[in-house]
Amino acid sequence: MAGVQVSNVSRSFGAHKALDDVSIDFADGGFYALLGPSGSGKTTLLRQIAGFDFPDSGRIAIGGESVERVPVEKRRIGMVFQNYALFPNMSVADNVAFGLSVRGEAKAVIAAEVQRALDLVQLGKLGGRRPHQLSGGQRQRVALARAIVTKPRVLLLDEPLGALDKALRVDMQIELKRIQREIGITTIFVTHDQEEALTMSDRIGILRDGRLVQEGPPEEIYDSPKSEFAATFLGDANILRGDSTGNGIRLADGTTIAAGAGVSLAAGTKASCAVRPERIRIATDAGSTVQANGNVLRGQVSKRIFAGNNSTYFVERDGQTLKVIVQNTGIERLAEGQDVMLSWSPESTVLIAAS
Amino acid sequence: MATTRILEWIGRLYIGLLLAFLYLPIIIMALMSFNASPFYQLPFEWTTEWYASLWQNDQLISATWNSLEIAIITTVISVVLGSAASLALYRYDFPGKKFLQALLFPPIAIPWLITGTAMLIFFFGVGIGRGLFAILLGHVALALPYVIVVVSARLQTFAPELEEAARSLGANQWQVTRRVTLPWIMPGVIAGGLFAFAVSFDQFVVSYFLSTPGQTTLPVEIYAAIRKGFTPEINAVSTIIIVVSMALMLLTARFFKFGGEK
Repeated sequence: MAGVQVSNVSRSFGAHKALDDVSIDFADGGFYALLGPSGSGKTTLLRQIAGFDFPDSGRIAIGGESVERVPVEKRRIGMVFQNYALFPNMSVADNVAFGLSVRGEAKAVIAAEVQRALDLVQLGKLGGRRPHQLSGGQRQRVALARAIVTKPRVLLLDEPLGALDKALRVDMQIELKRIQREIGITTIFVTHDQEEALTMSDRIGILRDGRLVQEGPPEEIYDSPKSEFAATFLGDANILRGDSTGNGIRLADGTTIAAGAGVSLAAGTKASCAVRPERIRIATDAGSTVQANGNVLRGQVSKRIFAGNNSTYFVERDGQTLKVIVQNTGIERLAEGQDVMLSWSPESTVLIAAS
Repeated sequence: MATTRILEWIGRLYIGLLLAFLYLPIIIMALMSFNASPFYQLPFEWTTEWYASLWQNDQLISATWNSLEIAIITTVISVVLGSAASLALYRYDFPGKKFLQALLFPPIAIPWLITGTAMLIFFFGVGIGRGLFAILLGHVALALPYVIVVVSARLQTFAPELEEAARSLGANQWQVTRRVTLPWIMPGVIAGGLFAFAVSFDQFVVSYFLSTPGQTTLPVEIYAAIRKGFTPEINAVSTIIIVVSMALMLLTARFFKFGGEK
C-alpha cells in the first residue's frame, strides 16, 4: 500500500490542455474522489496515475517512487473500468486469476487467493460462471475482485458505478467503502456524481478545465467553497454578487450581506456570497422573527416544488431567483405569489472573491 | 386462400430451380464419376474404377499434394501475417495508415488474369522465375487481403478496455495479445484462414501462369488433362475436391455466424 503524489502534472492533446499544472497528495489508505464535469480532466488524471498515458511535464510518485515514465503493467495498480472490462472468454474465477497468472504464481496459490477475493466481494460461489451470465452489480464485484487480488499499491476506479441503477448504486457505494476499509488500500475514484463523492470519500478534489479548483474533506469543501464553481458544483448554492465590504458584500440595491469569519477581502473589490438553500429560513413578514445581525432579503415566491420530506421554494428578488429548501415540519406552507422574508446567519454565508 | 397457396408453390418452384441450377451439374458430374461408361452412356452402371485409376495417376496425385501443401503453407503464412497486420492497424496510428488500409482492397478486385501476368513478369524480373515457390508467393499475396479484411472486421467488435484491463493487471504485450485479444478474434482468424485456403486451393489463373510442367497444382493439372482428352478420372478428382471445398465453406459459414455473435 502506498500514497500517491501528483506534482505539477500537465498534459495536452494538440491545442487542448487536458491537465494544467495539477498537484494533489493522495494519502496512504485514503479514499479520494476526483469530481468534475465531463472534459474537466479527471479521467485524464486517473489515466496518468494508472500509466496508460504519460504527462508532458510534472512528477507522479507511488509510495515515494517516481513512476511518471513507467508503463501501466509495471506500476502495480488495480483498476476498475466504467464498463467493467471483464474478459468475455474467461470464467469469473479465471478473470480474477488473470493478474496472478500472468505473474506466474503457483496454481494452488492462485486458487486460494481467487477464492479469498471472491469471498470478499460476496461472490464466493459464482467462480464458474461466465461474465455474460452475471448481473451488472455482480460484474462490478468481479471487476473489483480482479483489481484487488494482486494486492496493488493503489486502487483506481473510473466511474465504477455509472452503469448501475440508483438502488444498486447505493448498495455498491456501501459495499465498496466496506471493502476499501477492510483492505486499507489507497483508493482514487473518478466520478461526476457529487452525491457519490460526498458520501464515499475522505477527501474530494474538484477539477475544471484541467485545473484543480479545490481539494479537501467533503465537509470543508461543502461548507467553505473557495469559488463559485466549487460552491455550485458540489451541492446547490445561491450566489449573490456585489462589492466587498471586507467581510461581506453590498448588493446593487445597497443591502449588505454579512459573511462568516474566515475569509476577508479588500473592501470595494468585486465579490460574491454563497448560501446553501437549506440554510435559509423563509417566512411571511408577519410570522418572522429576525435574529440580530442576521442577513435579510425580501422577495416573492414564484414557484414551490413539494417533494414529501421537504419543499423547494423559488423566490424572486431584484431580478434574481433564490432557492430555499424547507424541511416538511407541517408548520409553514407558503403559496406561490406570496411576499416573503428570507433570513440566514452570517455563519451560513461564504465570501468568495470574484474570479 | 387459393392465391397464397399458388404463391407458396411459385416460391418453392423458384428455390427448387435455383438449387437445381447451382447443384445439378455438380451432381451429374459426381454421378458420372461412379458410372462405368467412359463416354457418359446410360444406363448407369456403378463402379469405383475411376477412383482406382485416379490412384494410379501419379501426375494427378503429385499435383494434388502440391496443391494441398501450397494451400496449407499459404494459409499459415497469410493468417500469421494478416492477423499481425490487422492488430497493428487496430492498435497503432501512424502516418499513411488510411492510405495503407485503402491499398488493401484493390487486389481483391483486380482480375486474377492481370495479377497473374504481373506476377509472372515480376518474378522473372527479380529472378524467382516460375515453379512451386513462385506459386506459393503468388497465393500468399492473393490470400493476405482476405485475411486482413476478415480479422479487422472481427477486431471492430473488440473493446479496447479489455487490453487496458489486462495491462493494468501486469500483463505484457505478448500476454495481452495471446490471452485476451487472440481468443476474441479467433473466429475471424479461422474464417480468414479458410478463405486463404480456398483462394489457394481453388486457384487456377495465377497458378497457371506460374507453374512449370513438373511443378504444378491440381487445377492446372486438371486443365492440362482435359485438353489431352476427357476421362472420368477428372470427374472423380473433381468430386473429391468439391466435397472438400464444400465442407470448408460450410465451416467458414459456421465461423462467420459465430463471429457475429457476442
